[in-house]
Amino acid sequence: MGLLDKEFSDGNIVITKTDDLLNWARLSSLWQVGFGLACCAIEMMATSASHYDFDRFGVIPRNSPRQADVIIISGTVTLKMAQRIKRLYEQMPDPKYVISMGSCSNCGGPYWDHGYHVLKGIDRVIPVDVYVPGCPPRPEALLEGLLKLQEKIRNESTVKKSA
Amino acid sequence: MALKTEEMVLNMGPQHPSTHGVLRLELELEGELVLNVRPHLGYLHRCFEKHCEAMTYPQVIPYVDRLDYLAAMSNELTYAITCEKLMNIQVPERVEYIRVIMVELQRIASHLVALGTFGLDIGAFTPFLYCFIDREKILSLFELTCGARMLYNYIWIGGLSHDLHPDFIRLAKEFVQYFKPHVAELNNLLSYNKIFIERTANVGVLPLEAAINYNITGPSLRGSGIKWDLRKNDPYSIYDKFDFDIPVGKGTFGQVGDCWDRYFVRVVEMEQSLRIIEQALEQIPEGDVTSALPKRVKPPEGTVYARTENPKGELGFFIVSNGSLNPYRVKVKPPSFVNLTVLGELCKGCFISDVIAILGSIDIVMGEVDR
Amino acid sequence: MKNDEEIFEILKAKFGDSIIELNAKSPFEKVIVIAPLKIKEVSYFLRDDSELDFCSLVLLSGVDDANGEKVELEEGFKGIQGGTLSVYYHLESINQKQKATLKVSTSRENPEVESVSDVWRNADWHEREAFDMYGIKFLNHPDLRRILMPEDWEAGYPLRKDYRNPEFYQGMKVPY
Repeated sequence: MGLLDKEFSDGNIVITKTDDLLNWARLSSLWQVGFGLACCAIEMMATSASHYDFDRFGVIPRNSPRQADVIIISGTVTLKMAQRIKRLYEQMPDPKYVISMGSCSNCGGPYWDHGYHVLKGIDRVIPVDVYVPGCPPRPEALLEGLLKLQEKIRNESTVKKSA
Repeated sequence: MALKTEEMVLNMGPQHPSTHGVLRLELELEGELVLNVRPHLGYLHRCFEKHCEAMTYPQVIPYVDRLDYLAAMSNELTYAITCEKLMNIQVPERVEYIRVIMVELQRIASHLVALGTFGLDIGAFTPFLYCFIDREKILSLFELTCGARMLYNYIWIGGLSHDLHPDFIRLAKEFVQYFKPHVAELNNLLSYNKIFIERTANVGVLPLEAAINYNITGPSLRGSGIKWDLRKNDPYSIYDKFDFDIPVGKGTFGQVGDCWDRYFVRVVEMEQSLRIIEQALEQIPEGDVTSALPKRVKPPEGTVYARTENPKGELGFFIVSNGSLNPYRVKVKPPSFVNLTVLGELCKGCFISDVIAILGSIDIVMGEVDR
Repeated sequence: MKNDEEIFEILKAKFGDSIIELNAKSPFEKVIVIAPLKIKEVSYFLRDDSELDFCSLVLLSGVDDANGEKVELEEGFKGIQGGTLSVYYHLESINQKQKATLKVSTSRENPEVESVSDVWRNADWHEREAFDMYGIKFLNHPDLRRILMPEDWEAGYPLRKDYRNPEFYQGMKVPY
């Protein structure tokens, strides 16, 4: 959509589609649930800290799921934890998005074979929008995952059912 | 007329920003006063010990990385030392030096996270950002060495996966010079901040006797005023060659063994680690780092326990070998797990906000508590 | 500073038959084997005697010896009957600068060991973990529950060598 001041060609009237406006608003302030699970949570913290600065994409950690738009599953999900994550996800208001960060939450990661207490993929419990591979993914990878999510939101429609 | 009061049970976690991971605490409260704390663990139980039994000895190293993921190098060193003791391997001198440099850099990185998040828990956001800038510098040194930022698989049984990058020594020396003034900066930012002192001094005092009976180790034990550091008291690798001090809690702003003491021991330890790194960078000899790597790791039958001083405390591995390629049983002595046992004792009679301060000052990593 | 033989002799003189042997099979550490129901008494002595002064318990680990008879329970699955489970205690004295390793062995069918959580406070969680992973019952333990696994886990004790993972837990598929 570009910068807002470029849209003002005639006075202060903007001509756009409702979908575009809503999507633009949604994708530029994705607030995440401040919630870390395991090793990937440290990389997630590093991403939101000074060097990589998650803030510039409008991602701010919120400590309550009720005020958040996106949940980043950052780390190994165990069977004991899975039900709690499901409850967190259910508490989030719509529209809500899920980024699965790291091999563990994608598919069980290094614990896929002998992990008697590890859930092999968070998608067995909640739906996932973007999978970020890596063990742990670099902060750049998480940033790209976020950009992919923004791309997905940009093409959404509130009136048309998405496929 | 007395008001009717009632005890209340408050659930903290597993999703809570200041529990440092997925720890759940059940607090019994009377108003703001904490009567009892019951920690519930296991939300990150990743079956480490079962995996060890299914893997060969070298294959265990990546899993060892993921125990205390803030100090992966230190974990690898401990595991390597245990296996070398089991197989009676002498590693070349250059390997020992590189290991010490890596482990001490890792200690600084781990303490930076501990101090930064401790400030964050208590409400100081800025020190967190400063700590992470410096941590990124250390991580880029590690990345130069082995290509990974957090989980390295660099220290192998009997050596290292490969030698240092040609630029490493120069960059590490630059880092030491760069980081030295930053400790003073952190002190000005956080350590001597009036609000920070009010929140941490005289809070969560851990008496020495209780600390020893609970077998608390690492900075939490030294905060209670005893000079107990395995690098000096039970030397491993080549730590007896270096000149460094062991900081202890002195009760500068309150009683000995309070949260501030535990915090400040970590700050001083970073300075001491810098001293060790400086000496090691000067003395490092030339040589081959892969010459002692065994072709096949097949130790003799027996049980062995070896330990090192991790950033969090004493990390040990108890390995039962039955003479095959896989360990028969690996049991970890996780410092965070043991240090967490004292939480209930420390939190009795304090306020809810102090629970956060105490938890932050113990510095736990859930990957190690739950394994 | 005392070596393992001296500690063994002191214990043998004090407790007699409860101290079974000094096991030197491992070239790295010598293990004092103790009767499982006497371990608490011995531990109190080890901690309080001024010569021994073992003020902290470094590590308590359960081990499945898997020395029983392998029997086919269902097709393709072998269980273990009989044999022993063991618990290792690594002790350390900060003042006397000495270490010791104790071991108790108990039967696999009814594994019972006296708890040492009164002696060393950190033994509480270590014992809960050994119970969680091996099903070793620690007698007189204040709060013997599962610690790492969920409390409603019904598939048994995961670190036993004949453990079998369930297909489902609370509606979630467990295997890959």
